[in-house]
Amino acid sequence: MSTPTERVVYRDVLRGGQAWSRRLQRHQVLRLTDSEGRACVSAMFYNARDPLERYNMPDTLKAQYTAFLTTGRVLYSDMGRILVSIVGDTCGWHDTIAGCGDAAALREHFGEGRYQELRNDFHRNARDNFLVELSKHGLGKRDFVSNVNFFVRASVDAAGGMSWVPGNSKPGAAVDLRCEMDTLVVLSNTHHPLDPATTYGPPPVELVIWQGDPPGPDDRCRTSRPENGRGFALTEAYAVEMSR
Amino acid sequence: MSLKESTLDPKKAIFDDVLPAGRGWAHEVKRGQIFRIVDLEGNQAVDTVFYNARDLDERYSATDTIRAQGNIYLTTGTLLLSGEGHPLLTIVADTCGRHDTLGGACSAESNQVRYALEKKYMHNCRDSFLLAMARYGRGMTKRDLANNINFFMNVPVTPEGGLSFEDGVSGPGRYVEMRAEMDVLVLISNCPQLNNPCNAYNPTPIRLLVWDP
Repeated sequence: MSTPTERVVYRDVLRGGQAWSRRLQRHQVLRLTDSEGRACVSAMFYNARDPLERYNMPDTLKAQYTAFLTTGRVLYSDMGRILVSIVGDTCGWHDTIAGCGDAAALREHFGEGRYQELRNDFHRNARDNFLVELSKHGLGKRDFVSNVNFFVRASVDAAGGMSWVPGNSKPGAAVDLRCEMDTLVVLSNTHHPLDPATTYGPPPVELVIWQGDPPGPDDRCRTSRPENGRGFALTEAYAVEMSR
Repeated sequence: MSLKESTLDPKKAIFDDVLPAGRGWAHEVKRGQIFRIVDLEGNQAVDTVFYNARDLDERYSATDTIRAQGNIYLTTGTLLLSGEGHPLLTIVADTCGRHDTLGGACSAESNQVRYALEKKYMHNCRDSFLLAMARYGRGMTKRDLANNINFFMNVPVTPEGGLSFEDGVSGPGRYVEMRAEMDVLVLISNCPQLNNPCNAYNPTPIRLLVWDP
């Protein structure tokens, strides 16, 4: 997937363990690139103008009859509107049912990893990272939602058993997220507790944001399901209301 | 699926009531008490969220619960975890066999997306949750709505990543029973959804019972 260099407004690299948040404008595109492979970027999404409206995992899955995310699918808020569309994806499967880890889960998996001994290589976890980033926007525990895990695949068997699928994300895999409203994006680049890795060391993830175009009538995300057609109609009506 | 019956006698329950379809319910259950939900007529989805009654910021977490047990379905033995990783309740009996926690709750807005824009008027679980919260007080709002459990609901996920709403793993009189591991607030919407088979297109009453330890 190419990058429209002349339209890029932001570039950064998330180091292993790092958290990040930013308010993106409607129709800006955020590309996440798993440069080394096997990354896990846990993410939460909010309406930047009214964070009481937030990502809703069940509504996203139900509307699209899917248990995972990839190109053509969208991320719904709890108000029947679309926060983000997935407009490009070279990975193929992003998780949104496996949740994220906290300090206890990571300690159980990787052992103790305190700042006192490890300095900035200490074992940061997604829950604490989210608490820090959410707090910067006046949000907290009450605003936690079931998150997305980009580049992760957790498989579910007939009995409901969940297992980590190794090799889901290859070096250089990328996913493009187009905001359909002004969106607060909160990220944590941290190991998932289901990851069988035995030493702590999340790989770096590249971030690029560019000014994208509004989706046309034949946009793949809009036409992928009749539900998404209605989701876009409701989201676009809301944008008109907000602009008055 | 593992089925386990309870030996508790309904005559000895300290609380025993019937909640009609389409109604919400907020009720505290104390640590050690046993709480039972009975699917009286079968195939009724019971949308449920739990909170630490002493600290409402601590609430049920669907993803922590399924991640910790490595399984997406809830049944006997499942610890219902909060976002802090603490057990709120433990499922101690279950004659249905499995319960969903990925399907969420219906709302006026999601009904518009899923079915048709003109479905916005239809009664839905989130409205029942919000009314029960408002009546319960303590400042609870939509901000406090965590992803819920759907007792008696069947939402199979396939290894290929498919997800659907299916009729019936439950039946008349089947029940699920839990022990409170801390003082909990139980928030229920007895689901009024008429657009999919989660209630077999016929929402019906449920029975709620509480026993002292």
